[in-house]
Amino acid sequence: MTAEQRRDASAVVRLRDVHFSISRRAIFSGVDVDIGRGSVTAIMGPSGTGKTTLLRLITGQLLADRGLVEVEGRDVATMTRPEIYRMRRRMGMLFQNGALLTDLNVYENVAFPLREHARLPERLLRHVVLTKLHAVGLRGAFRLMPAELSGGMARRVALARAIVMDPELLIYDEPFAGLDPISMGMVLRLIRRLNDTLGLTSIVVSHDVREISAVADSCYLLSGGSIIAHGPPAALANSAQEEVRQFMHGLPDGPVAFHYPAPDYASQLRQVD
Amino acid sequence: MFAALGRELLQSLRSTLEALGAYALFGLRLIAETPRALARFGLVVQQIHNAGAHSLVIIMMSGLFVGMVLGLQGFDLLERFGSEESLGTAAALGLLKELGPVVTALLFAGRAGTALASELGLMRATDQLAAMEMMAVDPVRRVVMPRFVGGVISMPLLAAIFSVIGLFGAQLVGVQLMGVDSGQFWSQMRGAVEFGDVMEGVLKSAVFGVACSLVAVYEGFHSVPTAEGVGRATTRTVVISSVVVLLLDYMLTAVML
Repeated sequence: MTAEQRRDASAVVRLRDVHFSISRRAIFSGVDVDIGRGSVTAIMGPSGTGKTTLLRLITGQLLADRGLVEVEGRDVATMTRPEIYRMRRRMGMLFQNGALLTDLNVYENVAFPLREHARLPERLLRHVVLTKLHAVGLRGAFRLMPAELSGGMARRVALARAIVMDPELLIYDEPFAGLDPISMGMVLRLIRRLNDTLGLTSIVVSHDVREISAVADSCYLLSGGSIIAHGPPAALANSAQEEVRQFMHGLPDGPVAFHYPAPDYASQLRQVD
Repeated sequence: MFAALGRELLQSLRSTLEALGAYALFGLRLIAETPRALARFGLVVQQIHNAGAHSLVIIMMSGLFVGMVLGLQGFDLLERFGSEESLGTAAALGLLKELGPVVTALLFAGRAGTALASELGLMRATDQLAAMEMMAVDPVRRVVMPRFVGGVISMPLLAAIFSVIGLFGAQLVGVQLMGVDSGQFWSQMRGAVEFGDVMEGVLKSAVFGVACSLVAVYEGFHSVPTAEGVGRATTRTVVISSVVVLLLDYMLTAVML
């Protein structure tokens, strides 16, 4: 077995030459990604590069125009709707804003997937829900409604809900957006701890370079519709590639220009509509 | 210029047909899913409470005032022919066959329909529906169906309450205020109003219930996930429901007369 084959065999998610466009605007033109089993993989890139779209392709919410999107060795494009739902039962996803159901309290939000998919006795269900809430440090908040939670708490409740079905793959979409440093630290610690203790595979979409570099095993840097670099966070931080350096070190100007393309400044000022 | 106008017309005709097709497909799916939704009746009861019970006050108040106006206008008209004792019959037929179902449907679209559309629209805008999809839970089955069925069940009940309160209002004005004989009011009504008249109202309100609920859940579920999109979905719910109810009312009346 070659090194390439070994890597493929251990890949939970595999993308090969993926092309995708929305309204004729190319989002991806030949993306290759391997998400190794048991790893925390970061998908990074500037805003608007299609990081969330990549997640939607992996979860079967969108289908690629061309190329292969494989989850656990199965091509997502050939799956029927029930098969996609079966695949998603083995996945957990943390949305950017938590996406908690606003008419249910914290306990019922976490219990929601179990009530829908498993007929558990109430006593056992309570046990599972409280265990998951305890894991994210919010067992005491089980009676609160989503509107009573801070952004960080909502994100942690959503995380408890995402792991309540004991998924094999956990996907985080911008888990740090809008969080204060304490909440961010908590979520960061949870990502690593849950991944290691529950034996998960995690995909984290983020553009918070420093934070994600601290927990990720490997990073993919997405820009201009393709992967411009991948490897361990330290290797990306030391990359000589100008575009990678600009992103990893947060330089305001570089290959990604500070200015949006515009006509000549003076002539635009003189122009009267 | 005429060519451009023609293209515009064709385009709008095409988009109208597409929208009608999408409505039809969505409606058929909802009807097909109804038995499954009834199996989880607890969720439906919750929505009957939201759509029906929460609309009770506005329905009862409107019913009372509409009945009172009907009492006044009816009395004024019938008095000219010297047959004011027929006020009970006129009010009952007017309310049961026409005003009850139609006004209730319009109020239902304004109160419960907009609430349904904005709730579903906000659920989409805040990724709650996407989260359900990711939890392998079909949002149409879990969220849309109970709301649709709850609305369909609520509408005839609300229309019946509207008509009963309206009759009370007409009686209040006609008998208590204008002096129509109470015995004549009720006995003429009982003599003239047939079971078929009552069923006409029930059938109309059931059809309006399906139409208003379908429009509300369709617009909310398919709204653009922005503040503007949710606002537009809410407005479209009221406008489309109102026009559809009045159109259906004419068609049903023409068929049943």
